[in-house]
Amino acid sequence: MFDYEILRLIWWVLLGVLLIGFALTDGFDLGVTALLPFVARTDAERRMVINSVGPTWEGNQVWFILGGGAIFAAWPFVYAVSFSGFYLAMFLVLAALILRPVGFKYRSKKPDPAWRSRWDWALFVGGLVPALVFGVAVGNVLQGAPFRIDSDLRSWYEGGLIGLFTPFTLLCGLLSVAMLVVHGAAWLAIKVEHGAVHDRARRFGTFAAFAGLVLFAIGGLWIAFGDIGYRMVGAADAFGPSNPLRTTTEQVAGGWMTNYGLHPWMILAPVLGFAGTALALAGIRAGRELMAFGGSSIGALGIISTVGLSMFPYILPSSIDIHSSLTVWNASSSETTLGIMLVVTVVFLPIVLLYTAWAYKVMFGRVTTQEVNTNPDFY
Amino acid sequence: MDPGVIDLSRLQFAATALYHFLFVPLTLGLSFMLVIMESVYVMTNRPIWRTITRFWGRIFAINFVLGVATGLTMEFQFGTNWSYFSHYVGDIFGAPLAIEGLMAFFLEATFVGIMFFGWDRLSKLAHLGVTFLVALGTNLSALWILIANGWMQHPVGATFNPDTMRMEVTDFGAVLFNPVAQAKFVHTVSAGYVCASVVVLGISAYYLLRGKWVNVAKRSMTVAAAFGLASSLSVVVLGDESGYALTDNQKMKLAAIEAAWHTAPSPAGLTVFGVPDLKTHETRYEVKIPWVLGLIATRSLDGAVSGMSELVLKAQERIVSGQSAYRAVQVLKKDPQNMAAREVFARHGRDLGYAMLLKRYVEDPSTATPEQVRRAAWDTVPNVPVMFWSFRVMAAIGFLMIALFATAFLLCSLRKHMDAKWFLRLAVFAIPLPWIAIELGWLVAELGRQPWAIDGVLPTFLATSTLSRAELWTTLIGFTLLYGTLAVIEVRLILATIRHGPYEHSEDPQPSHGDIPAVPVTA
Repeated sequence: MFDYEILRLIWWVLLGVLLIGFALTDGFDLGVTALLPFVARTDAERRMVINSVGPTWEGNQVWFILGGGAIFAAWPFVYAVSFSGFYLAMFLVLAALILRPVGFKYRSKKPDPAWRSRWDWALFVGGLVPALVFGVAVGNVLQGAPFRIDSDLRSWYEGGLIGLFTPFTLLCGLLSVAMLVVHGAAWLAIKVEHGAVHDRARRFGTFAAFAGLVLFAIGGLWIAFGDIGYRMVGAADAFGPSNPLRTTTEQVAGGWMTNYGLHPWMILAPVLGFAGTALALAGIRAGRELMAFGGSSIGALGIISTVGLSMFPYILPSSIDIHSSLTVWNASSSETTLGIMLVVTVVFLPIVLLYTAWAYKVMFGRVTTQEVNTNPDFY
Repeated sequence: MDPGVIDLSRLQFAATALYHFLFVPLTLGLSFMLVIMESVYVMTNRPIWRTITRFWGRIFAINFVLGVATGLTMEFQFGTNWSYFSHYVGDIFGAPLAIEGLMAFFLEATFVGIMFFGWDRLSKLAHLGVTFLVALGTNLSALWILIANGWMQHPVGATFNPDTMRMEVTDFGAVLFNPVAQAKFVHTVSAGYVCASVVVLGISAYYLLRGKWVNVAKRSMTVAAAFGLASSLSVVVLGDESGYALTDNQKMKLAAIEAAWHTAPSPAGLTVFGVPDLKTHETRYEVKIPWVLGLIATRSLDGAVSGMSELVLKAQERIVSGQSAYRAVQVLKKDPQNMAAREVFARHGRDLGYAMLLKRYVEDPSTATPEQVRRAAWDTVPNVPVMFWSFRVMAAIGFLMIALFATAFLLCSLRKHMDAKWFLRLAVFAIPLPWIAIELGWLVAELGRQPWAIDGVLPTFLATSTLSRAELWTTLIGFTLLYGTLAVIEVRLILATIRHGPYEHSEDPQPSHGDIPAVPVTA
């Protein structure tokens, strides 16, 4: 039906769809739990915040798990190189994410305030740490990671945990936190009753949206005028076997700006990043909650797309070896596997979206502190 | 590769997988038992069944979250710790994992929230539907994971591509309908059903012994007895032994389980007891039942069950053939168009994995000495005493389970289950047994496949990531502390939930007429 080149392109787009799907759904769960100790002070308030995501966060988290599985299936090189390379960072993310399900479920099992406070901070860690580390990881992807691939196509990583944190990658990490906190604050504004929590969420949301705009702008300038960027030497064989050794790459400062010259329409992505976040800011200030949530969604979509489009066709460049970088054309699964997985996705993703929408419809409405005290099913 | 890194990676995988698998079986089985209980509620409209469903639902929830939490580690561990594995077989192995997320885990995770929060927002029938979808999701999840694992045991439908230095799919249908995967799926989910039945049976028995919440306990016990009897029969009868006669490596696993050092005249006898001796390659003090093994393993009277010595000789031939394949691949790396090398690879390619076994002894397998070939061939024998005993304990527990549930079923049918104190005590003590059997089953399946990560394709010692020992120690200690803490918390919460009993508030809103609790309820 589609040839290898088109299949690779589709799966590159689907990789973006999964990451954006994760940011738009589980993203607000991360933002909400990162805000939890600050927007809610009393136990009833905190329970209200927790239950605003309680029934749906579990389904949202599957975007993350599916992301892992889909990268494994469609981009096995990316899965193998990135997760083993960012080994300890990945451990931090997993350990933090493991705290979430238990935090949500176990917190309400005992009335003891010390017990509940410990879980509140566990949930905070479970929200903040992944948001930060994902951003730092994206920063490292933009910067290039120190790995080389040998003739058996085994990857050797020559960096450590500390090396992941550079000024640029920390900037990306903070942008990621800001982006998801805006999204979480916008969700809270929609989902909790008017009152103290609602007001605090709006204040944090305003600050985070402002920070997001500034950080995204600095990041853009850094990409344009800093020393980051890569370029392919010679033409890529879009139909060739997935073997990174056959591609040659050179580092070029400002290389991530090249695509905007070649394909001016791509400028739409950063524009959406700014416009969406600005819309979220305006919506939160004006008390237009749906507008705020729509804005933060568009903002996240724009920011993530900006990263993907700037780097195309690169997915994970190597900073130390000219024949190791992973691109859309040299790191995918076989044509057969991409085809099968596309069929599966086309059939099942719409079904997933349908029942997810139904689940949100069933749980529609604001959570109130009163309901928290009377509903025995609440966390 | 650093041997320390390999051992630590294996230890971490085993620890996290075995830990994950403490929670999954209960989820698999309890989700369907919830469907049964809630169906009775919807059909009879009696509030007691709502109470029963919600009570077991709370136990389900506490257990479910740890299954999810530890599953996160599993989804990413192939990439973090087994990156060469991920590269080498991602083209095939990644697909079932991705489909699991898309088809099964989304279903399970989306509806599990509605199942807990939707009691007052949905009609009874709609809520039952939601519970059913959760059960369906968890079980489909197991199906896809076992298709992936089945492929590691019996890698069908794929070949090595020298251009990409990895296995690539040739027949996805063969991967899906892999007979080993199908047998594993039925065996594993049945084991999960048994596990959940034992838990429900044991906790109900505890209540009956204490004279507490008798109305809930006696009904739960009936459900557990029926469901448990069917599942325990299924787990033993549909055990995955039928898959063991398929390939050389599966045959090796069977031979190790049976400590069969040499091929016996068919039909082979089943060894019930014995002491395998690794030095002399014989099993002492054997007690055998004639014919039975041949019947089980080959489903025939004349099929032979191969012994380890014969299988090692076969492995030796394949290693020599694999050396030619390895040489051809080295040529193709530099000159992909070399027709002579392609032709050699076409003939010997299926044995490439065997040549890689030599990498433990020599950098370049094509230069190995005959002695190194012989040693590598003996490496294909897994740890015989561990296999022998793990399997026997697991199987013994399997038969015990059938006896337990047959008794429970009989007592429930005669309506004697509330008075048979001896049986109730037995049921409480049986609670840990399914977990022992299940963890041993994992050991038999995974240790039995050694030295392979993918049978005959990729040795485990080549499959790891290029990490340092320090990194592995960090995560190993980290996971141990985190998992250890969570295990203590989970067990305490489940015990507290059991003590608290089936009713949301401390008093029974509908006191029973016949069975007034012997002890005043104060929990």
